[in-house]
Amino acid sequence: MVDIWLSDDHELGIASLEVPVAVDFKDIETSLEAYRKLLLIRTFEETLEALFAKGKIPGFVHTYIGQEAIAVGVCTNLRTDDYVTSTHRGHGHAIAKGIDLNGLMAEVFGKVTGICKGRGGSMHVADFSKGILGANGIVAAGTVIAAGAGLSIQTREEDQVVICFFGDGGINKGTVHEAMNFCSVKKLPVVFVCENNQYAQFTSRKLTTSVSDLSVRGVAYGMSTESVDGNNLVEVVEVSKRAIDNAREGLGPTLVVADTYRFSGHYVGDPQAYRSEDEVNESRRRDPLLLFENYLESHGLADSDRFELEREIILKLVNEAVVFAEQSDYPEAHTATDYVFTDLIEGRQ
Amino acid sequence: MRSISFGQATVEATAAAMREDDTVVITGEDIGWGGNFGQFKGLLEEFGPKRVLDMPISEALILGSAVGAAVTGLRPIASLSFVEFTMGAMDEIVNQAAKFRYMFGGQVSVPMVVRASDGVLRSSGPQHSESFEAFFSHMPGLKVVAPSNPADAKGLLRSAIDDDDPVIYLENKKITFRRGPVPEEDYRTALGQASIARTGSDVSLITYSVMTQHALEAAQVLLEEHSVDAEVVDLRTLVPLDIDSVLRSVAKTRRAVVCHEAWTFGGFGAEIASQINEHLFGELAAPVLRVGAQSAPIAFSPPLERALVPEASEVVQAVLRTVKP
Repeated sequence: MVDIWLSDDHELGIASLEVPVAVDFKDIETSLEAYRKLLLIRTFEETLEALFAKGKIPGFVHTYIGQEAIAVGVCTNLRTDDYVTSTHRGHGHAIAKGIDLNGLMAEVFGKVTGICKGRGGSMHVADFSKGILGANGIVAAGTVIAAGAGLSIQTREEDQVVICFFGDGGINKGTVHEAMNFCSVKKLPVVFVCENNQYAQFTSRKLTTSVSDLSVRGVAYGMSTESVDGNNLVEVVEVSKRAIDNAREGLGPTLVVADTYRFSGHYVGDPQAYRSEDEVNESRRRDPLLLFENYLESHGLADSDRFELEREIILKLVNEAVVFAEQSDYPEAHTATDYVFTDLIEGRQ
Repeated sequence: MRSISFGQATVEATAAAMREDDTVVITGEDIGWGGNFGQFKGLLEEFGPKRVLDMPISEALILGSAVGAAVTGLRPIASLSFVEFTMGAMDEIVNQAAKFRYMFGGQVSVPMVVRASDGVLRSSGPQHSESFEAFFSHMPGLKVVAPSNPADAKGLLRSAIDDDDPVIYLENKKITFRRGPVPEEDYRTALGQASIARTGSDVSLITYSVMTQHALEAAQVLLEEHSVDAEVVDLRTLVPLDIDSVLRSVAKTRRAVVCHEAWTFGGFGAEIASQINEHLFGELAAPVLRVGAQSAPIAFSPPLERALVPEASEVVQAVLRTVKP
C-alpha cells in the first residue's frame, strides 16, 4: 500500500501529511507567492484538459498535474537570468520561471500571439527573455543543451546557473550520460532535476530502469546527488537551494531526484490502461497543493478562506488568458516559412 | 600568391574569427593536438583551453552543447572528425539546431558551425568515407557549405562563423591536404554565391566539393580529346543555393551534368536536375544527367571503392552522352 510510487528505499508514508518545518517559508508573502504559482500551474493545466476535451486545442497536451511542487520549488531559488531546459511536459516549468501567461495560452492554441507565434505549440513553449530555453518534444534532449548553457556561463565567467528538468523516462537516454559526465568533468553550473513521476510515457519505471533509487546514477559521474519528496514544496526548495548554491559557487553539478506522481495520463485523453484507478487515487492523497495548504494552515500563514480567495484570483487570470487566446488570430498562411533562417526564404537569399 | 593547404586555410579563418570575437569557441573531438588534417593546428596554443575544448567522444553532447551555448551568448564551432559521426547526434542537428529558431517563433538564432570531414580517402571503409550533404540540405533550418579549394575554404568558413544560423561545413578528405593559392589577409566569401570555376560553351558541369576538382580535370580532357568546351559551376554552398548562376550557365550551354561524390539516388544532384528542368525544359538540348556514387556503402577494398565513387573519367563519359547522343 505504502510503496505505490515512492522509490523503494524511501520511508515517507503515503498517507502522512506531515511536512518538515521550512527555512524559507515563514514569511507570509513568500509563502503565498509560492502557493499562487502552484495554483496557477494546476489551474492552467486543468483548464487545458477541459478545453482539449471540447476540441479547442490542436495537437497533444501533456499536463504537469501532480508535479507542480518541483517546478515551483526549484524556480523559487532562481534569478531571471538563470536558465532552465524543459521537457514535453513543460508548462509548469515555464510558468514557474515566469513565462507570460497569455503568450503561453495563445501558443497552446496555435495563435499568432503565442510566445512562439504558433510555430511550436504546447511541447515547445519557450521564453528566452526569462531564461526558458524551451520545452522540448525529444526526451532528455535538454540535458546536452543545458550542458552547453553551462559551458557558456563558465566561458563568459558569469554566475548564472542552469536547471535541467528531465524525467525518469529520460534518465535512460544516452544524452543523460554524455551530459552528466561532461558537466561533472568541467564543474559546470548545472543542476539536473530528475522528476521521477513513475511512468516513462505509458510504461512503469520499474519495468525499464536498473535501479530503484535513481540518484545513484549520479554517483557514477562523481556528482553530488540528492533525493527529495517532490510533492513537498518546502523540501524541494531546501534541497534544490543547496544544489543551486553549489552550482553558483563553482562547485559543479548535482543530480536531484524528486519523487512524484503524474496524476493525469501521459497526455490528455490517455486511457491509462497501464495503471489502476486505485493507484492514482491513493497517490492523490499526497497532492502537492494539499500538502502545502496543510503546511500554511499548520504554521498559521493562511486559512481555507484565504485559499478560496487565491483560487478565485488565479482562475480569473487563467480565464483571461483563455479569452486572450480565443480572441487572437491564427498566423497567416503566407507566413508559414518565416523564422526558418535569419536571412533566407526557402533556402535562397 | 603563397600556396597553403585546405586545412591550413581553415585554421587561418578560425583564428581570425577568434581574434575578432571572444565569444567564438571551438569544441570537438581531438582539437588540441591539431586534428587529423591539421585543421586546428596552433589554435590551442594561441587561444588556450577555455576557447579550444577537447571534448569527450560524446557526439550528442558536442552538438547539443553547441546548441545550448549558441543560444546563450557564444558562437561555437563544433567539430566531429568524420561526417559519419554526426549520425550519433542527428537529434541535436535535426531536431534542435535546425528547429530552434523556427519552433520558438524567431526568439533566438543558433549561430553555430558543425565541421566534419567527408568523402573517400584511401580505403577508409564504409563508416569513414561517405558524403551526407543530401540529409543536411533536406532539413529546413540548416545551411550547408562544401568548399572545393583552399581559398574558398578560408573565406567560406569565415562567413559560416559570422552567420547567425547553424551551418554544416563539410571538408572533403581528399582535398584537405591539397594546396592552393590563398590570400594572406582576412576575407570572407559570401554564402550562397556559386563560382564559375571554368568558363565554357558546350555543357555545364554543376558540382561542389571534391568533384569540382574532378570536373576541372574532366573539362581539360574533354577539350583536348573531344573538342568539347565545358563550363564548371562550383556551387560552394548548397544552402543557400545559388540556383540563378546554375540556370544562367545552363541557359547558355543547353546541356548539364550534375556531379557529386555522394550517392546519385536521392542525392543533391536530383534537386539541381529538377530545378533545371522546371526552369529550362524547352531550351535543353539533352536530358540533365547525374554523376555520383552507386548505391552501396563505400567499400574498403581499393578496386571496389573506386568502382563505387566517380572521378574525372565518369564525368567525361556522362558529358559525351549529352553532347553526342
